Amino acid sequence: MAREVRAGVVGVPKLGAGRSKGRHGRVWVTHLALIISILVISAPLIFALIKSTQISSEVISPKLIPGGAFFDNLSGVWVDAKLGRYMWNSTVLAVSVTLGKTVLSLLAALAFVYFRFPLKGLAFTLVLLSLMLPTEVLIIALFDLVSQDLRWADTYAAIIVPFLASATGTFLFRQHFMNIPTSLADAARIDGCGPLTYLTRILIPMSWNTIGALAVIQFVYAWDQYIWPLVILQNDDKQVVQVGLRRLIEVGGQTDWGAVMAGAIVTMIPPLVVFTALQKQFSRGFALTEDK
Amino acid sequence: MLKPAATRPQPTEAEERAVFRGTALPWVFLLPSLLILAVFVYLPALQTLRLAAYRANVILGTERFVGLANFTELLLSPAYRQVALQTLVFTVLTVTFGLLSALGLAWLASRPIRGANTYRLLLIYPYALSPAIAGTLWLFLFNPEIGLVNQILGSLFDVRPRWLDTPSLAFGLVTLAAIWKGLAYNIVFYLASIQNLPGDVMEAAEIDGASGAQVFWRVAFPLLTPITFFLIFTNVISALFDSFALTDILTKGGPYTGNAGVTTFLVYQLYQDGFVNFKTGAAAAQAALMLALVAFITWMQFRVGERRVHYGA
Repeated sequence: MAREVRAGVVGVPKLGAGRSKGRHGRVWVTHLALIISILVISAPLIFALIKSTQISSEVISPKLIPGGAFFDNLSGVWVDAKLGRYMWNSTVLAVSVTLGKTVLSLLAALAFVYFRFPLKGLAFTLVLLSLMLPTEVLIIALFDLVSQDLRWADTYAAIIVPFLASATGTFLFRQHFMNIPTSLADAARIDGCGPLTYLTRILIPMSWNTIGALAVIQFVYAWDQYIWPLVILQNDDKQVVQVGLRRLIEVGGQTDWGAVMAGAIVTMIPPLVVFTALQKQFSRGFALTEDK
Repeated sequence: MLKPAATRPQPTEAEERAVFRGTALPWVFLLPSLLILAVFVYLPALQTLRLAAYRANVILGTERFVGLANFTELLLSPAYRQVALQTLVFTVLTVTFGLLSALGLAWLASRPIRGANTYRLLLIYPYALSPAIAGTLWLFLFNPEIGLVNQILGSLFDVRPRWLDTPSLAFGLVTLAAIWKGLAYNIVFYLASIQNLPGDVMEAAEIDGASGAQVFWRVAFPLLTPITFFLIFTNVISALFDSFALTDILTKGGPYTGNAGVTTFLVYQLYQDGFVNFKTGAAAAQAALMLALVAFITWMQFRVGERRVHYGA
């Protein structure tokens, strides 16, 4: 809850918006520095990628030439170590949380922007203050509540329902709606349009950039969940892929590093796909928070 | 000028619209969100405070009221103090070096050069990387026998450090991994802010003959204070909480030194006491202390955010 806000509140590079034309001559120095930095930053990933394609005797050697064993390595963990199962669980979690957060925050923002009602300030404060209470801090009591009182341990509900509300989403949609001229809503109302019709016909089509930007943040946040699934899910068949990685390493005795690297690479793909697919929205969606 | 949305002024009554009528309807729209926050955020928060005043016996299934005893025991415990100090050092190091390197890289990538878009994309794609994956990759890279780092060090200098068994090395490694993991996120925000800097001011400085370094330190850096403050706060929160998956996979909180594991940070200790040692009361007290810490950080963010972070636009 608290952490998704980090990505949610300010602008994102407008790729391609080159500023001033620098008169600095030695452009190649900049190129070189950037290339070296990117290589250093990517080194662990490149290393993982190479090792994930090698056969086990090569994996434990210093050899850095890619092999052809990626799918052999992957198939080892996909079924035996349940990586496929974990990936499915994480997908269910991340997609449900992303959809749920989007829908609930759209509705909440609709209420906050287009209605005047008693205790509105209090309701808004309650939503905003929830940002201060990260899951990790609540985990002891949350565990009691979800496992004892609700008896949800080992269910998808345990890893989805507690995360469906989003203060970040509500806040950003509220900001976005407030930038849309009121006359639009007035006209819609005069035409006999109810608030829900207005939301689905007018607001949502005007909000795709914000929706896309939030979807990236919320998907990555949900996909990265670790400590909560670790404590609340005992049944291996329900576990998520981040905790699954830990299980891949802990298979006892020799760790099959080629397989673990293949697993790590595959684990990175869904957020990368979402990020790439929504990159334009991700960049544009936050433009609304740039004041001028 | 970019600034955290949370610090923007709230709209006045006049700005708010009341286009649609009805007092029940808005509550219907708000109900799902408020219900989930009440049940899964506010109720557990209150329950945490209550549990912190009790000592539970897992085997007997009993609860005994102990008042503030859990807190005093924690604060007097050398192990907990060590954990708190380690967390502080870890946080200061990751935030300082994380932000400095991200700022430098974002500045480089914002130069108007060919292929700038590609460079930027290559710098921010690791955003899609989770702390657990970061832990997994580093565990393999720094494996003493078969890790690439020791294979290189071994063949070049004939040294093969036991990275994860030596306290200082393990601490440094976790810190470095955390900085690495946070880079993409910080670069995203610095890039955005740098590209929104007033171009005319920068150009004027360049025309006046300021060197690249002068433009950066005298003009750009002060203009970037708002985003730097915002990133300091988000990075502190991230160092406090996101370090869990990283340390759990990379070091399991170890190696042991003094009274506790050298990479056991506050959240890891909370998890250990709550779910490994089953000391619910002690864990709840730790949670309450962390709650106070987060409240303090948030309060600081609003205060500093309001006061200092406003030149620019």
